[in-house]
Amino acid sequence: MAVVLERIGPSHYKKMEPLEIAEKIKERFPLEVVEVTSFRDQVSVTVKKDRIVDICRYLHDDPDLDFDHLRDLCGVDYLGKKEPRFEVVYHLYSIRHRHMIRLKAQVPENDLRINSVTSVWVGANWHERECFDMFGIVFKGHPDLRRILMPEDWEGHPLRKDYPLKGPEKEWPGFIEVIEKAKEFREFEWGA
Amino acid sequence: MGQVEKILETRELNVNMGPQHPATHGVLRLVLDIDGETVVKVTPYVGYLHRGIEKLGENLTYFQALPLTDRMDYIASMTNNIGYVNAVERLFGIEAPERAKFIRTMVGEMARISSHLLWIATHALDIGAMTVFLYAFREREWLLGLFEMICGARLTVTYPRIGGVRNDVSQEFLDSLYKFTDEFPSRILDYETLIDQNRIWLKRTKGIGVISAEEAINWGLTGPTLRGSGVLYDVRKHTPYDAYDKVDFDVPIGTEGDTYDRYRCRMLEFRQSNRIIRQCIEKLPNGPIMADAPKFTLPPKDYILKDMEHLISQFILITKGPAVPEGEIYVATEVPKGELGFYFVSDGSGRPYRMRVRAPSFVHASVLPRLCVGHLVADVIANIGTIDIVLGECDR
Amino acid sequence: MNITGQEVIDFLIKVGIIIIKIAVVLGIALLHVAYATYFERKVIGHMQVRLGPMRVGPHGLLQPIADGIKLFFKEDILPANADKPVFYLAPVIFMASAMVNLSVIPFTKNFVIANLNVGLLFIFAIAGLGVYGIFISGWASNSKYSFIGGLRSSAQVISYEVAMGLSLVGVMVMAGSLNLTDIVKAQRDSPWGMFIIPQIVGFIVFTIAAVAETNRAPFDLPEAESELVAGYFVEYSGFRFALFFLGEYTAMLIISSIAAVCFLGGWTIPWYITKALPFLSHVPGIVWFLLKVYLFIFLYYWLRATLPRYRYDQLMAIGWKILIPVALANIVVTGLVKILL
Repeated sequence: MAVVLERIGPSHYKKMEPLEIAEKIKERFPLEVVEVTSFRDQVSVTVKKDRIVDICRYLHDDPDLDFDHLRDLCGVDYLGKKEPRFEVVYHLYSIRHRHMIRLKAQVPENDLRINSVTSVWVGANWHERECFDMFGIVFKGHPDLRRILMPEDWEGHPLRKDYPLKGPEKEWPGFIEVIEKAKEFREFEWGA
Repeated sequence: MGQVEKILETRELNVNMGPQHPATHGVLRLVLDIDGETVVKVTPYVGYLHRGIEKLGENLTYFQALPLTDRMDYIASMTNNIGYVNAVERLFGIEAPERAKFIRTMVGEMARISSHLLWIATHALDIGAMTVFLYAFREREWLLGLFEMICGARLTVTYPRIGGVRNDVSQEFLDSLYKFTDEFPSRILDYETLIDQNRIWLKRTKGIGVISAEEAINWGLTGPTLRGSGVLYDVRKHTPYDAYDKVDFDVPIGTEGDTYDRYRCRMLEFRQSNRIIRQCIEKLPNGPIMADAPKFTLPPKDYILKDMEHLISQFILITKGPAVPEGEIYVATEVPKGELGFYFVSDGSGRPYRMRVRAPSFVHASVLPRLCVGHLVADVIANIGTIDIVLGECDR
Repeated sequence: MNITGQEVIDFLIKVGIIIIKIAVVLGIALLHVAYATYFERKVIGHMQVRLGPMRVGPHGLLQPIADGIKLFFKEDILPANADKPVFYLAPVIFMASAMVNLSVIPFTKNFVIANLNVGLLFIFAIAGLGVYGIFISGWASNSKYSFIGGLRSSAQVISYEVAMGLSLVGVMVMAGSLNLTDIVKAQRDSPWGMFIIPQIVGFIVFTIAAVAETNRAPFDLPEAESELVAGYFVEYSGFRFALFFLGEYTAMLIISSIAAVCFLGGWTIPWYITKALPFLSHVPGIVWFLLKVYLFIFLYYWLRATLPRYRYDQLMAIGWKILIPVALANIVVTGLVKILL
């Protein structure tokens, strides 16, 4: 039979405490780590954006850390709250060792560029596209950086905090096109 | 190149599959470049169902945003609710009482069964086995009836609440559910008789969409899609939430990483979910169903109708939101499709500063080109079925 | 030349009888086709724990009529970029090629419109024409889905036509004739009563090839709804769609009739049955014929409710690597037995 049922025992994994992991990162990249914060047993390591791929590569390849699973990658806009304005947040998890860490890379507003981690985790591809779509953060070295959820010709980045919540100043061109088409085909409507 | 080769040169046919296509499970659009019947290139386009749930969530209080999560994976909305309330509870620092936890586990597994039923129905229909579809819908209908019994809604339930569940379950409901769990294993056999050892089914699923364990992890696959490749990763086991550490269940994993193994994984998960539900009913403790934390949970409805203080409390909690500690939290739960993560950044106000949803379908849809290239057109359909995506969740 | 009035009248009467026969057969065939859809929906419905059509008439008995009326009055949509004359022609070719075949089927003793010497060959020739309808419709619609459907269908039908033709050669050898009436008579006079017993291999090959030939599940790739939406007729609507639909069901009827005539003894029943149960010999032949045809049609529905769909390359592999060699072996064995005995 191709499929087996497997019971999970706690014996074969080596879980590390999150703060321990943060220490390890700090040791390895002393110049990169800006801040380590902890909230409800979850630890965030804020880093500078320049060597993000190196840090990720280290976290992925180191046998004790072994962060093989990129849980999530997203952007956060701290408009008026924090400087630098943007952060790219990586949630990493090790399926083998069952520990987790949160990496936050600072991206200032005047230089919205960060290196892509698709070379480390292929699955980062669409997450980065979404982050680009929603925040306008450009991922260098990304194989196919296009908008993903919004239409190709959309203007603005919706999840930014300064994006208007109501009343678009002008319609999206795609919608105008639809309205014009509808006018054109009015003669085919029922009861016209 | 000579003149003759130039004339005989063939071009790839560019086919637009979706967004209105019966087999793309919603509004997924695939642009296929096909050479004869062989797929050369696949480009998925998503976003047709993008409603900006993350943005909406940032502008609503924690209590108001709960019904939004129903609209993500509308096939198993219960598990989305559970994921959301677990994350918010962790952020608030409160914990649901034991009885509520067991009820959540129970209804969560019901949602898993109903989602997997819809999956086997459509997957089999895509491959051409039509009868399985109707058999599976018969049981799904039964389950939806049970959902209706528990909370009045069939699809978008919004049954769990922050700090507990909306209302207690009745004995009548528990009896009906127990009867379902008695009956259900024989119904699984019904589906399996039709397809499990069917030569055509084996030919269509074995060796299709193979992905190795390392590659699957690297792509970020989760849930049965990952476990089919032989990786033991289940959030219910790795970081137990609700009552999953108090019930006994196994995690089925595959070996080959092909469509057939993923199919087997989900078929075995049916049985495990059934087991969990039975244990939950048997072990269901007595006690309250809402956490005793008036600052973070809504007061019971009959109190609101009776006195002023509770009414005011509810009004303030819903419109202004509770005083949430500043911080950030990522909580993952195992939904039928895979790992559903909620990431909240709180700035101390009653609304999340940033609400991020890590949707398994979004990640799974991205792996489609990897699975499909080099196979035939018919396999594209099998692959869409095997990764089990819901576009409502993918596009959010 | 000297044509007397009597001869002219005789000729006219002959023509008149043929026309009446055609009208009767067409009318009955179309009614059968309509109720074959009802039969299908009921059979599959009950196999899938539901009831099938129930609303129109008692137990949905008028459903096929309602469907027919609906299809008549639906808007006839013509795609802007379609190749118009060909687009119009395709369903007609498809339907006509299926209908023409009715002319050589012996429904009962002495009831056949055209008692051709080469009836079986005629059926193959005309059924081959049906592919043109499919392929032309796929091409003329100017849609990629219907194009792929048309390509798949022509490849499939051509491959399986070979297997089907070869599977019937055994019957031809045993009967010593291509005339369908003679084939039935040969079965009646044979010790087995029907050719399915000595020709069981041929019958199995024929059954599989027949399902593929008529594009039915599990070989319904040309119209695989989950892949190609509806295959070659995706752009057709209204009555043009109905023509395809009728054509498909008529083709099923024809194929089932061939099965009944060539393997199951047509309107006759084996002598050992009438010997055991003598009262059965009073049952009219048409009843046996229809019973056999519907048995075969039921098989179609049963397969459709049970089996998943094959993939294109697997389908081709079955046709060329299994069915054709088996059919050839069957011919060789039949021929040897015929010579040696």
